[in-house]
Amino acid sequence: MKKVYTSATDALEGLVFDGMTIAVGGFGLCGIPENLILALRETGVKDITVVSNNCGVDDFGMGLLLQTRQIKKMVSSYVGENAEFMRQYLSGELELEFNPQGTLAERLRAGGAGIPGFYTKTGVGTIIAEGKEHKEFDGETYILERGIKTDLAIVKAWKGDEKGNLTYRKTAMNFNPECATAGKVTLAEVEEIVPVGSLDKMAIHTPEVYVQRIIQGDHEKRIEQRTVRAS
Amino acid sequence: MAWTREQMAERAAKELEDGFYVNLGIGIPTLVSNYVPSDYDITLQSENGMMGMGPFPTEENIDADLINAGKQTITELPRSSYFSSSASFAMIRGGHIDLSVLGAMEVAQNGDLANWMIPGKLVKGMGGAMDLVSGVKRIVVVMDHTNKKGETKVLKECTLPLTGKGVVDLIITDLGVMEVREDALALIELAPEVSVEEVQAKTEADLVIDLQD
Repeated sequence: MKKVYTSATDALEGLVFDGMTIAVGGFGLCGIPENLILALRETGVKDITVVSNNCGVDDFGMGLLLQTRQIKKMVSSYVGENAEFMRQYLSGELELEFNPQGTLAERLRAGGAGIPGFYTKTGVGTIIAEGKEHKEFDGETYILERGIKTDLAIVKAWKGDEKGNLTYRKTAMNFNPECATAGKVTLAEVEEIVPVGSLDKMAIHTPEVYVQRIIQGDHEKRIEQRTVRAS
Repeated sequence: MAWTREQMAERAAKELEDGFYVNLGIGIPTLVSNYVPSDYDITLQSENGMMGMGPFPTEENIDADLINAGKQTITELPRSSYFSSSASFAMIRGGHIDLSVLGAMEVAQNGDLANWMIPGKLVKGMGGAMDLVSGVKRIVVVMDHTNKKGETKVLKECTLPLTGKGVVDLIITDLGVMEVREDALALIELAPEVSVEEVQAKTEADLVIDLQD
């Protein structure tokens, strides 16, 4: 089956619908699927629920879909870098579900692994625990968190082969492997598509079974907090 | 004289033990890495997926794919490893990290911590803080003793939404060091020229005085 598509727009063909849920890889602006985000904006899809650790900045990353009011709800752990996000949230235009970062990562991992829920200590005694099942194990209290599956996942990897095997680079890996497993359909964008067999088989982070479509794209890789020491 | 940010970080570094795996929060906690004793083997974890964080890069070796949890550019070390977010929090939640140093908006005498939200005003999110306080073996808070209005941040009970319940072990402020004990906080150390009376006046929590030499 052909998985390689020529553009992000082609790769999204037939997959988007209003009200859908989308998992988006990345941490801040690091390792985000820049091209697929832009193409998603072009589709005009509305009322989407986005599961993503952050929501980009005002003019880059997922912030671009806030500008166009395409997002109905965000499931995130931290959205502090985005003024438009704050404005839409405080005015009630945007729904927000905060998840502790580790809980969010595990919810995606669990969803992708066929695990509908898991117990964690994270958030016990806080507003995160309200309305959730509490259970004691070995004298400690835990809460039940649900696995997440999404209609679509868009992820960014460093290299991928024509079958969709992916390898990530440094901390640009972050949430991408979890998102790739949680999507009913997963689209990957990579810096370079390489022939099958040329990736190190022992260094493939996301095996091809999780990836349905793959594109190669250019990446701006904007840096949020450029921090240097004296040389 | 009250401690500066750097001096608070330096004091927090005394909580490190040789061989520790440590996660440092954003702000003053990040400065703790400047005071690691040179004969100690300390490994810094970054919850966005890295063990063995190196220092900030020079202009020439900035890498957009290599950042810390504060989204700052960093470098790697020979020992560094990378992993996904769920693997990163498996380390944290699973109790494999020895120490975390975090900032705070409020701390209560029972070890409750609030550092992520002011309802209606500041809605940024908890990031990894809730996972860290519930999973890491020892939690040290570093913060100013009072807020910008001069109100105490060391309370009987937190007023802001909690990050974790009964999670803090040690509190280092610009005025001194307090240990979270069974029924009260114990003031165990004072910054130079700071009096017990000053700390008491600026603290709402029940405070036991147990200064160590």
